[in-house]
Amino acid sequence: MLLKKLSEAFGPSGCEQEVRTILREELKDHISEWQRDALGNLIACKPAAAGPRVMVAAHMDEVGLMISSVDSAGLLHFHKVGGIDDRVLVSKPVLIGKGRVPGVIGAKAIHLQRPEERTQVIPHRSLFIDIGAKSKEEALEKVKIGDYVIFATQYGELGASMAKGKAFDDRAGCAILAELLKEDYSFPLYGAFTVQEEVGLRGAGVAAYAIEPDLAIVLEGTTCNDVSGIEEHEYSTVIGGGPAITFMDTSAVGNKAMIRELVRLAEANGIPYQFKGTVTGGNDAGRINISRAGVPVVAVSIPCRYIHSPVSLLSLADVEHSKALVKLFLRSIEGGFRV
Amino acid sequence: MQTKEFLKQMVEATGVSGSECRVADFISRVYGEVCDEVRSDVLGNVIGFKQGAGDTKRPTIMLAGHMDEIGLMITKIDDKGFLKFTQVGGVDQRTLVAQEVVVHGREDLIGIIGLKPPHLMAPEDRGKAIPMRDLQIDLGLPAEKVRELVSVGDVVTVNRSFMELGSDIVACKAMDDRAAVAVIYECLQELKKLHHTADIYAVATTQEEVGLRGATVSTYGINPDIGIALDVCHGAMPGVPEEDTAPMGKGPSIAFGANIHPKVFEQLTKLAKEYNIPYTLDPTPAGTGTDLWAMQVVRAGIPTALLSIPSRYMHTSVETVSMTDVKLSGRLLAYFIASIDAAFVEGLLCY
Repeated sequence: MLLKKLSEAFGPSGCEQEVRTILREELKDHISEWQRDALGNLIACKPAAAGPRVMVAAHMDEVGLMISSVDSAGLLHFHKVGGIDDRVLVSKPVLIGKGRVPGVIGAKAIHLQRPEERTQVIPHRSLFIDIGAKSKEEALEKVKIGDYVIFATQYGELGASMAKGKAFDDRAGCAILAELLKEDYSFPLYGAFTVQEEVGLRGAGVAAYAIEPDLAIVLEGTTCNDVSGIEEHEYSTVIGGGPAITFMDTSAVGNKAMIRELVRLAEANGIPYQFKGTVTGGNDAGRINISRAGVPVVAVSIPCRYIHSPVSLLSLADVEHSKALVKLFLRSIEGGFRV
Repeated sequence: MQTKEFLKQMVEATGVSGSECRVADFISRVYGEVCDEVRSDVLGNVIGFKQGAGDTKRPTIMLAGHMDEIGLMITKIDDKGFLKFTQVGGVDQRTLVAQEVVVHGREDLIGIIGLKPPHLMAPEDRGKAIPMRDLQIDLGLPAEKVRELVSVGDVVTVNRSFMELGSDIVACKAMDDRAAVAVIYECLQELKKLHHTADIYAVATTQEEVGLRGATVSTYGINPDIGIALDVCHGAMPGVPEEDTAPMGKGPSIAFGANIHPKVFEQLTKLAKEYNIPYTLDPTPAGTGTDLWAMQVVRAGIPTALLSIPSRYMHTSVETVSMTDVKLSGRLLAYFIASIDAAFVEGLLCY
């Protein structure tokens, strides 16, 4: 299953090779023209003689860690790659480097803590990864400074058509984009699997520059906080509520004609949808929007509870509905929809 | 079965204090292969019996390692189907955030203890640990389905697989104290090669983490001549004072103090030296915080000793132990058992 493969792939920002390989393999029978660039974006080109140039983007990278030093006890210290709350790191298994060396992030035993320590966050600077090495030399035989680190989380399905796993932000978007690219369209379509979104939307800008799209859709795994203890008016999205369309966030204002068309298509075809209820955060749409002389954009997102942590939760129905809605939108462009 | 495989299957099994039946069934089965007889008692202790050689005056030695693990227990199912919980044993609330768990309801259900998005947190709360009362388990199920499958009182464990870190160090939940059950298993294997007159009671005890209860009643039932507890101690690591820890991979840590009979201690260290088994010393003036504290004062009093396996990150879900320590401890224990005769037991009353 593609989402499982993508979720379990190794790909913190700047180290997306495994994800690229999975996607190229998945699409080898469907894409004959691949465009690559200096940053590592992977662009699937589906050329056509006429029609608007359409870019659909999803980012391949995930948040993770990077080994910064190894101490004399053989323990690994690390930096964070992308936005990770220090509180999610304690008591987790991780995998280091492309060889996936297993390690654990432990914490001082509760018996040895002063009561007030238990109410304090352990800063990531005080945490370390234990790979069972007894010395610096032994550790350096297995890992090196600069190695990336991912959470050792397996994909799984649970509950009512839900899936758990790491990196749904944005491998869920990658999985949908790959499926969309398996079909043919009458206009030139560029499927951009971008890099380095989590460290500053770095890949999408250069990809959009190269593609020069007339309009763009960004597929994103977004925050979802419809849980107990949160007021309903504070929900960003609702899990199982269908694709979330973003009016505005800190990075871009969604194109109104595109939003109207998405809503029209959803309602006409009985696809559930929602508007993202918060304006915090940003994604690749922000960079694509201001590429060259400007590009109309809209972000369509899959709600994911607990993103940027070792394990997130999404609704497989939301994935299907997001794919269906964007596919309808692309067909609508074939039918003459223009911004 | 290799000891490492035995340990793997034990730590991956469920056995929160008071709900040990699954891990107990597994241990009973494996102990059945190395003991003459296996039984259990009212509190669920698994007791393997292995008879010594000789017809009369066989000393009885009880070995205790607790099979229960810390965990969580469901206290409330809310209107949206999210589960509130309390702790069973000493759980650090900070180790629960962003954790995958298994809720042991009518069936095993995977759940997630998530972190609310930071932008919805009051600024003053962002630098603080999230109190356990504000955490909840998400099963990804509608509330009515949750109520069908989960009851208040169901126990919860972290969903964790056994990991081998390099060739020697292994990590998982529940190494405290199933590593000790593995030591006892290793000892029983080792004893096949040795002559011993003592009868052995290999006990996997229950409810240690909530008050040493399994050890209390099993010791009463067995009434051994010598009681030895096996537990984990804190493995040396940065940020923890050296005097509170023992180094990993350097053999068992042998405790000494009021909770330990001086002659049993002496015999253990003497044999360790004789057989070149490395060990460290664990001076503990009063309570050892282990089953031994209960065992010592059962009936008219029991001569006791404690061997500990160093473990880093105790009471997290990534506790580590060294297989070298498990093996060395098992071997020392076996030599100790082989050395015990009726005269030694008699001498324990002579101070």
